Order: sequence, then structure tokens, then C-alpha cells
Amino acid sequence: MQIKTMAEYFANGETPEVLFWVGCAGSFDQRAQKITRAFAEILTKTGIQFAVLGKEEACTGDPARRAGNEFLFQMMAYNNIQVLNNYGVKKIVTACPHCFNTIKNEYPELGGSYEVIHHTTFLQQLIDGGRIKIKEGGSFKGKKITYHDSCYLGRANDIYEAPRAVLETLDADLVEMKRCKSKGLCCGAGGAQMFKEEEKGATRVNFERGREAVDTGASVIAANCPFCMTMLTDGVKEQGKEDTVKVLDIAEIIVGEMIGDKTV
Amino acid sequence: MQIVSQLLFLVALGAAVYFFSRRAAGIRRNILLGRDIDLNDQPALRWKNLFLLAFGQKKMFRNPLVAVLHFFVYAGFVIINLEILEIIIDGLAGTHRIFAPVLGPVYGVLIGCFEILAVLVAVSCAIFLVRRNILKLKRFISKDLDGWPRSDANYILVTEIVLMLLFLTMNTADGILQSRGVPHYPVTDPFWITQHFAGIFNDLSDSALTGVERAAWWLHILGVLAFLNYLPWSKHLHIILAFPNAYYASLKPKGKMDNMPEIQQEVLYAMQPELAANAAPGDTPPKFGAKDVHDLTWKNLLDAFACTECGRCSAACPATQTGKALSPRLIMMKTRDRAEETGKLNGETDNKSLLRDYITEEELRACTSCNACVEECPVSINPLDIILQMRRHLIMEESSAPQEWNMMFSNIENNMAPWKFSPDDRDAWINS
Repeated sequence: MQIKTMAEYFANGETPEVLFWVGCAGSFDQRAQKITRAFAEILTKTGIQFAVLGKEEACTGDPARRAGNEFLFQMMAYNNIQVLNNYGVKKIVTACPHCFNTIKNEYPELGGSYEVIHHTTFLQQLIDGGRIKIKEGGSFKGKKITYHDSCYLGRANDIYEAPRAVLETLDADLVEMKRCKSKGLCCGAGGAQMFKEEEKGATRVNFERGREAVDTGASVIAANCPFCMTMLTDGVKEQGKEDTVKVLDIAEIIVGEMIGDKTV
Repeated sequence: MQIVSQLLFLVALGAAVYFFSRRAAGIRRNILLGRDIDLNDQPALRWKNLFLLAFGQKKMFRNPLVAVLHFFVYAGFVIINLEILEIIIDGLAGTHRIFAPVLGPVYGVLIGCFEILAVLVAVSCAIFLVRRNILKLKRFISKDLDGWPRSDANYILVTEIVLMLLFLTMNTADGILQSRGVPHYPVTDPFWITQHFAGIFNDLSDSALTGVERAAWWLHILGVLAFLNYLPWSKHLHIILAFPNAYYASLKPKGKMDNMPEIQQEVLYAMQPELAANAAPGDTPPKFGAKDVHDLTWKNLLDAFACTECGRCSAACPATQTGKALSPRLIMMKTRDRAEETGKLNGETDNKSLLRDYITEEELRACTSCNACVEECPVSINPLDIILQMRRHLIMEESSAPQEWNMMFSNIENNMAPWKFSPDDRDAWINS
């Protein structure tokens, strides 16, 4: 894949339409890398001029802040804002709701104000604007899909409809879990839980959510967050359903369903 | 005889108002133990929240059936209080139903409405008792409420039912006395509900009936005054504090954590040491995060006193639901207990703190910051804000973190990612 960095655009005196903020999970986690590539592929296919920061990107500081390490968070924020401001970045899209929340809500008062869009909202805009056309009778037609609201997109930022609107274009059978939208159950990763062993209890949060998702009878669980992805995948495994129930990011679902897709 | 009763009434009313005000001032003092924070921006939006969330009980309608029942109790409480006004004037002036001649036919309609509400309140409270004690809803039988809190809830419901029954008894007897033309009982239009229950007392003599009416009248108003004084010692205080709490509710997206300007300053000096030279010398090193109630904001403490322990937060909490030590409801109850305890100390120290003596590290560590508790709370309480402030204290004042978190911190610091990957590989996904 040919993906240009902000530095390369800058060197040519050009400005991309949008900066794709990849995030740590999207950069390093093997499963999440697939999401990153899927979304980059969608951007490429739709002819959107986008850049990544590449090696200049760093953790937004979200897990450090939620764990209580405000000092480390502010250090990361300070550096990232410097990089973003130096390039004059105006618009950022990211496939991670944690990065989304931090850059959108927490960077402005530290000096970094940008238009920040989560990739599911971005996909909805591309579909609405006709830049993405979904195939008739694609591979998800009639399939049961259940959508898991991530906490940082849903409750934290009140975005419930955009991801669902994207999935509705697939002609699939969308089923809701009992706890959905503002009542959605967390996957268990937020608040820096991803980076430590869960506290002792009767069960794990992701097992509970995995069971609920599997109980819908859906063959696809649609996610919008790389951390939910890890958690739900384990949750489905715990139910012994990893062969019949796939956990996919919305970008991964959409990438193969676009008209003009040469990979099919 | 009449003057004695008026004097007794004056004493009862005076005592009730005095003790209530004293307690209210105490609660205000306890809330103001918290550090100051300015929450007076965007008044238009705040008034809107007050009307929607407090008056309109918007969040309650997430469960419409319970919301309607709760609305009856709430409307009944507010509206029947108009009747209390008349009772107080009558009690002080030695009159009886002083508004009846003034309002004419309107009076009958008003009392009729009060009676309907009284029945609705009693029935709703009875259903609530059933939900708590017979259906045993999970959030009501939770160990969070063991001891006093569980009794507190039942006392409130029983008291409300008793007060409503006394009100209806009083009206039933009054209606019969009116129809018999007993002096001192001005004739009104028949009361909508209690006229149908006249049969219960029809056999009583005038004097016995007057005794019933007076007893019900006195017990009702003394009960109301007693309840007024029970209120600020109980979870029922939410009927008052839900209003300021809705007004001062956060207007930011729920995902946004409060900034710490003092840390921002430190980071700025670390990154640009030349600025530090010009910095004004600080007198006391700032404290980071919250260890005790005075480190929290007054809004956190207002939250604690506004909590009615309904447990919607904990019922939605992923940690509580999977059997972790954390329960957001308990975070609020413990914060209130500690604020009460601290208030009693009058500035002395008891070598205890909210952290550890009330809330354990394990509870704080179990939170996923998912905001489910914040979303659910009908009275705009934010348990998450308290948890995150206490986490800040643990990390920045005590360096107390699970080993894995310390590794995560060091990875972020050294590798710019929470995992131990080389920052040089950050763009490796492009070509892999």
C-alpha cells in the first residue's frame, strides 16, 4: 500500500484532506493492523487525500490519564499537539474511539483544536455523499449482524446512529443486544483495564458481553474500537463460537462491499 | 382549649422548622467541605437541565412504568403540600378549612385532586414496597443496602402511605361532619373520593367523629413535620437536592476528563525550562487528585447528599455486574458517610480518609470508565468523577499502581505506546 506521511506532504508543500490518526493499537496490535489497513484501503479507493503521521505519532495518553497518571498524559498531549500544530492539521479521522475522545475533547484546552471524526462517522459521510457505493446483494446480505457500542463513542460522545447507518447499507439483518446504545455494556477494556489483569470477580466483563453478543444468534459482531475487538474476540472464544461468530470492525465489513472493489 | 391547641401547634411547627434548618445548615457546611469549582457558566443550558432532569424526571422515563409511579409520588408530594399550607394557617389561627369560603367551588375541585393524588401516592408506594420486599429486585436486595439503608427506604414508603391514609381519613370524617351540619365544619362540595367511604364512620356520634377527624388532622400534620425532619437524615433528601444537582450537572461530553492546570504548568516547565525561571514561586506544593472529601469538589459532595441509593448506576456497572468489589452506588454512599464524619470533626483530624478507610483501592481499580453509572443516574450524579480523582491521587501522590500499569506508563514514556514495541515500527503496518 502506498501511504504518504504528513512529512512527505509537507515536503511537497501540499496539504492532505485529512490526517488518519492510526493510534497505538492500530499501529502495533496484529489484529487491529487489519482494521487500519482496511480503513486505509477505503480511503485510497475513494480517492481521499490522506496522510498518516507515521513514526511521528505517539500515544494520545488516554490510558495513562484514565489510570491516574495526569503528568504522563500531559507530556504526551503536549508533544502530539506540537506535531499536529506544526503541520497545521485541521481535520483528523481515527479508527480508535479512545484517541477520538482524547483528541476531540481533551486536547483543545491544552492548545490542540481540530475537527476530529471517528471512522464510522466518516464512513457514513462518504456513503451519504456518494463517494462510497455499496454493492447490491453483497456478502452480508441477509446475515445477522449485531453492533457493539463502544463506551467512548457511545455514552462518552453520544454517537450511536452513524455506525448503525453504515451497517444498514449492507441489507443485512441488524439485531440489537439487550444492552445497547446508551445502555450498552462495556467490553471491559476502558479506563486502562486493557493494560492490567481484571480485578477479581464472578466473571470477566468481556465474557459477559461475549455471551450476550453470541446469544443474539448473529454471525457477525460489528465493532468500532480495537480494544473492544480484542475483548469481544476473547469473549466469543470463551463461548466456543469463534468458528461461527466473527468479530469485525465496521471498516473491515465495508471494505469488501464497495463497488469498484477489485479484491473480490 | 382552642388557644392551647394553637399554642401546641405553634410549638410543634417552630420546633420542626428550627431542627430542619439546623440540619440543612449542617448539610450545606458538609457539602462546602469540598474544594471550590465554578459551575455557573451557560445558565440557559443549566436551567434546561433543571426542568428536563429534575422537574421532568427525564432519566426516570428510561423505565416508563416505574417513571409514572414515581411521578405520581413526586407530583403528589409537591401538590398536596398546597393543602399543608391551609393546615398550617388553620393550626395557627384556630380556623378550619380557611380557604373553603374564599375559593368556593374551586376548593372542592382542589381537594378532589389532592384526594386522587393521595390515592395514587399510596398505591405507588405500596407497589414500590412490593418491588423492594416481595419481588426483590436485584438492585434493592444488593448487599450495598444491608442495614440502615434498606430500612430507611421502607420507613419512607410506609410513612408516605400512612400520611396519605391519615389525610383521607381526615377528609372522610370531615365530609360526614359537614353533612350533619356540625358547627366549625364549613360546608364544601362533597370530596371526590372520600364521600364514597362515608359508610365506614356513619355509625359514630358527632363527638366521636370529631375525635376521629381531629386525631387524623393532628397525626397527619405532626407526621408531616416529623417527616420533614427525617428527610435530611435519609436518602430521601434527593427530593430537594435533585434540583441543584441537575442545575450544576456537567455540560461537557461524558468522555472528557477534567483538566489539571497545575500539572499542565509543570509539564510546560519540564518541556520549556526557560519558562520556569520566570515562574512565580508557589507557597505550597499542590496536591494531586483526591484522598479525602476536602480534595473532592463541592459538586462531588452535593452528588453524595443527593443520592437516593436507587442503584441504577450499579445495576448498569460492568464491574458490579461481574461481581467486582466496585459498586458506584457505594462510592456515593461512602463519600456521603465520610463527609458527615468529617463535618462532625469540626476541623480536627481523625487520621482517617475517604481512601482506604471507606473506599478501597480494589474498588477504584475495577472501574472501566464506561460512564454507564453517569448515564443512568436520574439525578445527575457522577460517581466516575470521584473514582478518577482518587486514581489520580493513588498514582501521583502515592505511586501506587499495579505492576502492569507501571509497565504501561514506562512503555508510553519510552516507546510512545502502551506496549513494548519500537517506535520505529509504528508505521510497519503499511508494508506488512
